[in-house]
Amino acid sequence: MSVALPLPWLIVVPLGGAMASFLVPERWRVRLGLAVLPVMWLVTLAVLGDLAAHGVQVHALGGWSAPLGITLLADGLALGMVALTTLVFSLCAVHAASHAAEKGHNGEIGFLWPLLWFLVAALNSIWLSADIFNLYVGLELLGLTAVGLVALTGSAEALAAAMRYLLAALLGSLCYLLGVALLYAAGGSLALGDLGTIAGSGATARVALALMTLGLILKTALFPLHAWLPPAHGGALAPVSALLSALVVKASLYILIRLWLALDPDVATAAAANLLGALGAGAVLWGGWMAWRQTKLKYLVAYSTVAQIGYLFLFFPLVTGTSTIAGGLAWDGTLLMLISHALAKAGMFLAAGNLVLAMGSPLIADLSGISRFRPLSLFSFGLAGVSLMGLPPSGGFTAKWLLLQSALHSGQWWWVVVLIVGGLLSAAYVFKVLRHSFVEGPKRDHFNSPPMAMELAALALAAAGMGVGLAAQSPLTWMRIGSPFGVGG
Amino acid sequence: MSSALFYAWVGVVLCGLGLFGFILHRHLMRRLLAFNIMGSGSFMILVGLAQDGRGADPVPQALVLTGIVVAVASTALALVILRRWYRVSGESRLPEDV
Amino acid sequence: MSRKLLAALLSLTVTLALSLALIDRPLPTEDLPARVGQAMQSSGVAHPVTAVLLNFRSYDTLLEVGVLLIAVVVALALREAQPDGPDRMGLDNPLLRAITAWLMPLMLMVSGYLLWAGSTRPGGAFQAGAVLAACGVLLRLCGTGLSWLEQPWRLRAGLALGPLVFLAAGTATMLAGASFLAYPEPLAGSLILFIELNLMVSIALALISLFRLAPPQSDSPHFADRRRSRRE
Repeated sequence: MSVALPLPWLIVVPLGGAMASFLVPERWRVRLGLAVLPVMWLVTLAVLGDLAAHGVQVHALGGWSAPLGITLLADGLALGMVALTTLVFSLCAVHAASHAAEKGHNGEIGFLWPLLWFLVAALNSIWLSADIFNLYVGLELLGLTAVGLVALTGSAEALAAAMRYLLAALLGSLCYLLGVALLYAAGGSLALGDLGTIAGSGATARVALALMTLGLILKTALFPLHAWLPPAHGGALAPVSALLSALVVKASLYILIRLWLALDPDVATAAAANLLGALGAGAVLWGGWMAWRQTKLKYLVAYSTVAQIGYLFLFFPLVTGTSTIAGGLAWDGTLLMLISHALAKAGMFLAAGNLVLAMGSPLIADLSGISRFRPLSLFSFGLAGVSLMGLPPSGGFTAKWLLLQSALHSGQWWWVVVLIVGGLLSAAYVFKVLRHSFVEGPKRDHFNSPPMAMELAALALAAAGMGVGLAAQSPLTWMRIGSPFGVGG
Repeated sequence: MSSALFYAWVGVVLCGLGLFGFILHRHLMRRLLAFNIMGSGSFMILVGLAQDGRGADPVPQALVLTGIVVAVASTALALVILRRWYRVSGESRLPEDV
Repeated sequence: MSRKLLAALLSLTVTLALSLALIDRPLPTEDLPARVGQAMQSSGVAHPVTAVLLNFRSYDTLLEVGVLLIAVVVALALREAQPDGPDRMGLDNPLLRAITAWLMPLMLMVSGYLLWAGSTRPGGAFQAGAVLAACGVLLRLCGTGLSWLEQPWRLRAGLALGPLVFLAAGTATMLAGASFLAYPEPLAGSLILFIELNLMVSIALALISLFRLAPPQSDSPHFADRRRSRRE
């Protein structure tokens, strides 16, 4: 079997890009950061091509196969996340670059580019890793980069948000590490693929899973452990908020899903799964309600992330102890929800950033009149909102439809109520923003105008979130390669 | 009880103490110290428990060395952010704890 | 009060859960130490922990050095966003100067020894780098600025040196058709030492920079008021 490109390139390229953009003089950082983008695309497409041609790929790092060494595993799920990362990151990078070009100098955000590329390296290392300790190092890499990006502006609010985020991230990864210690002591291996057979189903494995789940939901900001998220995501630069909400919180959820599917069903019990589902339902309701009550635009979008994370946790009760069909539907629905939320939320954060820049105020109440001046950004915001609400034909709609069918199929109708009420709450907060923007308030005729590239980046992401709904079949077919649910669903 | 298992038990106690301090305290420096105590506890569990009844195992020892570097980096970053925060706000606690 | 209760409850639960996990633990079926022992011959070093760190699980170490570098990048970014006041770090203490002058050569030697010893007994790049960083911290406390390091470009080059060499070595093996970071067996020993040497420099610089980039307390605008209010 000859592959076109070995998997480690997906980590070497962003890591090299990060170090190169750290080394070069400041005035070249943006250009160099952008120059690595096409390379990243080439590598991503080549690895996707290998997946299509040869199926699931495994790379034994250092030539040492597991359990002695660390392996990279590229199944459909992992490479789907890699492709999503490349897509969302490219558009956020374009947004950040044109913002820097507009300001004429980038002294204020000089170290943005090395950190952005470190973020991609950290994300790819998590998507590909098949070793539970290596995932811990990846989580720390991601956590510190994200904290740094939040703190970047150096203002008092940013520093407080970064500190709160850092404390949550550190506690979360320590809980995860405790779980790793227990699993290694009980199983003697760190390979993710071995866990199901060797870790057993005794108290040690259960405590380990409980601790790891606790740490990971803290990092994913699942209700009621979400308090660190809104200030961190709501206060950062717009492209940083977009990346954090679209991709970073998904990384810890991704590890949780991998663990849950790898461990013995006696360890990952239905009761625990239902508890996670209940917390997810709480997140949908509380996050939606809090989003509606916000007065600052970016905080509204950040609370919307808290709500949308909730939907993703309905995965656990829908796949644990249910039929293969219900499980397959939940798998498809959750992945589609993950993709469409990543695209729509990134689009929404970029659009919100453009709107804030245009009005020169972070408040929703100051939006009045903006519908005439910045229709394109407002349209992107609305388009992303349609996907978050789950109206047809968006990706959010198809995802919710699949989850709904899975809930009905497994006889858990109460999750359907959560899906519907959550959709109504999303509609409430999206329409709150739109209502304010169409009001002709006190006569204002001066708005700043962000560059076209920034508006187009937001529009492209929001439109992609819509397109996922129209062409849901192809990403799902890809991501089913090597999945435990096969081609069902 | 083997000495390896004893170390693991001490690690459990340190973890409990660290977590208690981490949640209880509001001063960021104390919380950071509590985090480090908890980290040391988990490293002791990682090495001690894996070697109980099986003799020396180089793998968890290497993992702990990696973990220590990561913990040093996180603590240093937290201290830098803490000092910057103190400099702009005059506070050594988070705004909601003041 | 409620915070104390919450803290007590949570830490008690975690302690009890961990105890339960310790008591009711199966013995592992997989024997990883034996596998390490079998592979030692082709690892290029004689010390098993070093073999795990820099050969069998070298990818972990690469990412770990990345974590350290990120911490410094963030610290540098924060200083750029919030420039520091004049440097008043040096302590005017003749005793400290004298002792530092005595200790410095010894510490440099210890650091070199630790790096060299890493392949056969406990030691290695991080330990050596930490001792080297301690030299830098002592020098700084004496007020002897490492002025050649203040040059931003030199500092950045030194910080990125170790990770870049490590990454380049891994990529080179991949370009040669082997796996990422799969050192050719006859070269493994010297390659590992070379990587460790570069890592030592970057790790030491990273630790010194982190120490230097946390602004001194006296730099805070609130410092004077606080001292005054405490005295009253």
